[in-house]
This record gives sequence, structure tokens and C-alpha cells, in this order.
Amino acid sequence: MTRELSRPLPRSWWLRHAPYFQFMIRELTSLVVLTYAGLMIWGLWASGDGGSFPSFHDFLSSPLNVWLHMAMLVLALYHTGTWIALTPKVLVLWRDDERIEPDVIAGANAVLFLAVTGLVLWLVLG
Amino acid sequence: MPEQTVFEVFRYLPDSETEPRFDSYEVEYHDNWVVLDALNHVKEHQDPTLSYRWSCRMGVCGSCGMMVNGEPKLTCETFVRDYDTETIKIEPLTHFPVVRDLVINMDDFIEKLPTVSPWLIREEEKDLAEGEYLQTPAEVAHYKRFSMCINCMLCYSACPVYGLDSTFTGPAALALANRYNLDSRDQGKEERAAVVTAHEGIWECTYVGECTQVCPKDVDPAGAIQMLKLSYALDWARSFVMPRSRR
Repeated sequence: MTRELSRPLPRSWWLRHAPYFQFMIRELTSLVVLTYAGLMIWGLWASGDGGSFPSFHDFLSSPLNVWLHMAMLVLALYHTGTWIALTPKVLVLWRDDERIEPDVIAGANAVLFLAVTGLVLWLVLG
Repeated sequence: MPEQTVFEVFRYLPDSETEPRFDSYEVEYHDNWVVLDALNHVKEHQDPTLSYRWSCRMGVCGSCGMMVNGEPKLTCETFVRDYDTETIKIEPLTHFPVVRDLVINMDDFIEKLPTVSPWLIREEEKDLAEGEYLQTPAEVAHYKRFSMCINCMLCYSACPVYGLDSTFTGPAALALANRYNLDSRDQGKEERAAVVTAHEGIWECTYVGECTQVCPKDVDPAGAIQMLKLSYALDWARSFVMPRSRR
């Protein structure tokens, strides 16, 4: 029996290859989405409780929080982009024996995302 | 292009050495040579002890997969001219134990393949006299892409999930499960569920996506696994809504 050489993956594996690094960034941005979801839940809870909403509002109004929100927006948009890019992998649609092009599926999702975002902005700001 | 290309080749000789090393070989540059041609030249003219697998030399048998400058490649269709570096590093496929030099132990992969029952499963076989199971071109098109796998294992080498946890069933085996699940002649989706939907199956995949990028046959294992996730999740949801219905 010959001695086989085992080569375990080093902890720095995700730094060695650009797509692995992008994958890790994608996974980490999900924590940002989770954090923002928690913030929204806090906001909803605070809006139903007259006493705590002013402190929630003050918390959001601090300059640090504005910058944090800007950063979270960028990272959440990146995360959204990765999901839109993923949709053609899951949603495989056929027209007879012709597969509908993945770019069409991803494009339709992007358009839907922009339309819903526009609708929400119109409802909130309009 | 340089007149010579230096190949830094991973060497592991377990009978005489305990640690691997890299040996350098200078090979004359030829515009139409693939990496496998250079390795064959080294073995014939410089070092007959160098060990590696190859067979068909035309991207069909899937046996000459190696890491070329850190990326899993079929060396028989990887041209030297596509690398503008003077040195090309050749290593055995990552995530597999090395038997000798560039030869890996593929037992784990070979054992995993049949676990997904990659054959047509029928609830009841029809009588031979009734003829074959016919398919339309559209029905073939649904699974054809996933049937093109040549078992080269580049996808396992590109998958960090498999590298971190070798119990993962892996991209090629799961793509093969999807190939049969999508086949109109097959009725074995439920039978495959135990392996495919186990923790070591589709749910261990975090969609890094590199398996699809390195596949020399455009099989798209990452897509296959996401399709399986959706398909089995819908079956699970359907079993709640309509517990008595068949999938």
C-alpha cells in the first residue's frame, strides 16, 4: 500500500482565487441584509410604541447612521445583483425544445426589481 | 512567445520521499501544443519517471485533468500558447489524495457516482414486445446538457465545499441525478431523494459556482444543483398542501 498525500484546504483558500473571494463577499453581504431586516423590525416595533419612536428616529438621524445606511445600501444592492444573476440557474424555462435564454430570465428579474423599487419609492416619497 | 516554456511540475514519490517537490523542465515552444503534449515530451525525452494519467487526447475520456497555473483543466485541450507566462505550473487535481506525481486517487468520486442511481428507474418495466421508450426532441433537450459529463472531476477540484468536507456528494454526481430526474422516461426521482436531499447532498452546496466555470463540457453542475433544490423543495411543499397526491 503506497502512502497517499493528503492536501487539506488552507484557511486562506478564499483569498487565493478571485471567484472564491467574490463568493465570500456575497455570503458576508447577507449579514448586512439580515442586519437591515432587524433594523426594520425594530422600526416597526418602535412605530407602534409612541414612547420609543423618537429615540429610534434620533438613532437613525446620527451622521454615523447615515453613512452606515449608505454602505448597507451598496452592499444590499450587490447582494440583490447576485440573486438576480442566480435566477436563471433555478428558473429554467422552455419554449418547446428551445430554452429561454438565461439573460432574458435575469433581465426580467432585474426589470421587476427596478419596477417594485420604483413603486415603493413613489409610495414613500410621492 | 518565448522559445522555451518552463514547466514546474509537482512531484511526489511516496516510495522514496516523504514530501512533495516541484521539478522544472524546459520544453521547446510549439504553437500547436497542448499542456499534455509538453508533459508527454518531458516523459519521453527528459524524465521517464514522471507519472500522470491520460488516454484519448481529445477531451472525451476525462482522464488528464490537472491543475494548470492553479486552475483545474483538461490538459489535452489546454494550449500552451494561451499562457503568456514563461513558467507553467502543473499540479495534481486539488481536493483528492495524491498517489504519485500528478496521479490522484479517484476512489471517493467513483464510489459516489452510483449512490445517486444514475440509470433509468421505472416503477414497472413495460414488456419488451411493446418497444422502446420514445422521446421527443424537446424531451431530450431538457436533460441533454446534464448528460454530457465525462467524469473528469474538474468540478470537484474547483469546489471548495468538497475541499472542506469530502462527504459532500459533489457537483458531477448531483448533476447526473438531475439528468435522470429530468428524463421523461425516468420515474426514480423519489428513490434518489434520500441521497440527493441528504445533508451531504444538494443542501451542502453554497453555490460558489466554480464547478460550472471549469466544466469542459458545459454541463453546468451548479445550475443542476439549484434546479434540484427547487424541485425537491416544491415536492416537499406539495406534500404538505396535498398529502395524498403523488409527486
